[in-house]
Amino acid sequence: MGAFKIQECHLKSIAEICTYYKNDPGDLIKILYSVQKELGFLPEDVQREVARILKISVARVYGVVSFYSFFTMTPKGKYPISVCMGTACYVRGAEKIVDELKEQLKIKVGGVTEDGKFSLDCLRCVGACGLAPVMLIGEKVYGRLEPSLIKDILDSYE
Amino acid sequence: MASYKMHLLVCGGTGCRASESAKIVEELSVEIKRVGLENDAQVLTTGCFGFCEKGPIVKVVPDNTFYTQVKPGDCKEIIEEHILKGRKVKRLLYEDPTTKEHIEDSKHMQFYQKQIRIALRNCGFIDPENIDEYIARDGYSALAKVLGEYTPQQTIDIIKKSGLRGRGGGGFPTGLKWEIASKNKADQKYVVCNADEGDPGAFMDRSILEGDPHSIIEAMAICGYSIGATKGIIYIRAEYPLAISRLKVAGRQCRAYGLLGKDIMGTGFDFELELRYGAGAFVCGEETALIRSMEGFRGEPTVKPPFPAEKGYMGKPTNVNNVETFANVPAIILKGADWFSSIGTEKSKGTKVFALAGKINNVGLIEVPMGITLREVIYEIGGGIKGGKKFKAVQTGGPSGGCLTEKHLDVPIDYDNLIAAGSMMGSGGMIVMDEDDCMVAVAKFYLEFTVEESCGKCAPCRVGNKRLHENLEKICNGRGTTEDVEYLKNLGKVIKDTALCGLGQTSPNPVLSTIEHFYDEYLAHVTERRCPAGQCKALKLYTIIADKCTGCTACVRACPVAAITGEKRQPHVIDAEKCIRCGACFDKCKFSAIHVQ
Repeated sequence: MGAFKIQECHLKSIAEICTYYKNDPGDLIKILYSVQKELGFLPEDVQREVARILKISVARVYGVVSFYSFFTMTPKGKYPISVCMGTACYVRGAEKIVDELKEQLKIKVGGVTEDGKFSLDCLRCVGACGLAPVMLIGEKVYGRLEPSLIKDILDSYE
Repeated sequence: MASYKMHLLVCGGTGCRASESAKIVEELSVEIKRVGLENDAQVLTTGCFGFCEKGPIVKVVPDNTFYTQVKPGDCKEIIEEHILKGRKVKRLLYEDPTTKEHIEDSKHMQFYQKQIRIALRNCGFIDPENIDEYIARDGYSALAKVLGEYTPQQTIDIIKKSGLRGRGGGGFPTGLKWEIASKNKADQKYVVCNADEGDPGAFMDRSILEGDPHSIIEAMAICGYSIGATKGIIYIRAEYPLAISRLKVAGRQCRAYGLLGKDIMGTGFDFELELRYGAGAFVCGEETALIRSMEGFRGEPTVKPPFPAEKGYMGKPTNVNNVETFANVPAIILKGADWFSSIGTEKSKGTKVFALAGKINNVGLIEVPMGITLREVIYEIGGGIKGGKKFKAVQTGGPSGGCLTEKHLDVPIDYDNLIAAGSMMGSGGMIVMDEDDCMVAVAKFYLEFTVEESCGKCAPCRVGNKRLHENLEKICNGRGTTEDVEYLKNLGKVIKDTALCGLGQTSPNPVLSTIEHFYDEYLAHVTERRCPAGQCKALKLYTIIADKCTGCTACVRACPVAAITGEKRQPHVIDAEKCIRCGACFDKCKFSAIHVQ
């Protein structure tokens, strides 16, 4: 996380978002959601800043960030990959897809490739069970996957 | 619908959108213009048809033609042949798997024949982003009826009489819940819609919100009137961007039509609606945790009582219902409690939406009357097991539920029968498993989920489930003993009795129910070190059948650890010591010469 230095422009957008929600700690989740949308992730400094503006403890902000899987404290790759691990995908071989991606990208689940191009995560059910197993790259859904298809899909991202 | 002669309905649900349904809409519109029929035929994006297996779906009305797996490239032919010349495109029609007949009218598809659509009544019929289409299907007339003709108590009585029970899992009588909230006096009350669908493999709430958002808003307003609440909040997963955007559109349209806001329909009733985002925590489906989350805290459940109906959001009386529960409400008001209670079994009225998934031919969203049997669902609606394999179990109720087996195939499905069988209704996920699925691994899969999702507030759930998971891992890795199985049983019971919330109390169910129904399979793992389904990697033994091996060396090249050796054109052998049981050789072999045990 050391690489991230909070900039003036970040502070400005955080302040704007908080003001939009009237600095109400009751809207903490919505605020963090918007901030993450803006910055991509929620590093420590950002959480401190949100806590300062809302006049709540950093612990409370961190408590929320670490509780919900939607929030992340590490940056994602340029093309974030999420493999669906819902039950329907699981019984149709999602594990093999994850294994293949790990092998191809040489990263673990939760990791980012060295060049920052891809990150790999698992998520619970995108609701496209008819296409199981499914993965998302960014917002694009890839369905009816097989390990042999993975390489070509990854290669299509330049 | 407007005065077009024909409508082409294209599924805009998440599954079909993933297969380019948006592009199909575009192409169809272009083609209609090209042949000059833009005043006769109209293309519409609708909600989910439920038949996700064969998506993307294009349905033509009024003749009910049901085109499956349509590609953007097929659009030209559909327009030229069907719309222009009136000849159906046979190759895109649904083919009955047994008779091999192309079915021309979707009413004759077995998938739809046993279904009764109440909660999904508008999904796949209307454009969810157009309030006029909802109104044309009697939308908001239930609200008008309630505001104009009934007192709040009369409305509650109708819901009570209908026998509607909570569709989110628990099955608590909805009318009773409303009545309790209505009797608590306060200056402000809240109606909350629980749209935090977190059960992996269940997507009914999302489909309703995407396909028929207005029905939820209408029902929430009816509920608000009944319990005396002027504020409604929809708590929805941030991971459902399409559903969120459709709700926002619907909300805007309602305000423009005076169906939300002050003095609705001139009756003096005020109702406002707001969205709150859930951020991916399964436990937030539990109503007290959901309320904590709405207040901007970690979603940790609180001790009941006090129940939300007494002290909920911001300490005020709050009524929380699930999406599907709400979706039933307008239909009950319009058609009456007697109509609704005539469907279903003695104690479970109406229908239930299930997300049918897993090893089944027709994956999709179905709505069936309570009391239907698993056999009807799996073999008639679901079209049987994929690849002609043998049915093994159905998992219902998600991580809180259990497995039903062959002996339950003829049990009528309702709340009470499922509980008696060691499972539960849950939100309606129905995952079908075949002979290749290891039940120990399935239990482990669910526990992994629960461990990850446990909020950590109470020890039985936080620590107990972790121990359960470790034990299952041990068994799957071939290091388990019969004592471990006993330990799982005992600890599971303790967690059930002592955990704080509904999530913790039900989390051992997948383990306990698989032990009960598939004890042999557990025994095989611990005594013979064998996985009968051949799924547990550590227990697999790969060997080469010398008679079948041609010595093509494909497996040698596929093996990542060089565990396979042999001369060209001679039978090869696998070194069991080196083998990491990845299965690469098995996948590569064209001669079925790799044997897995």
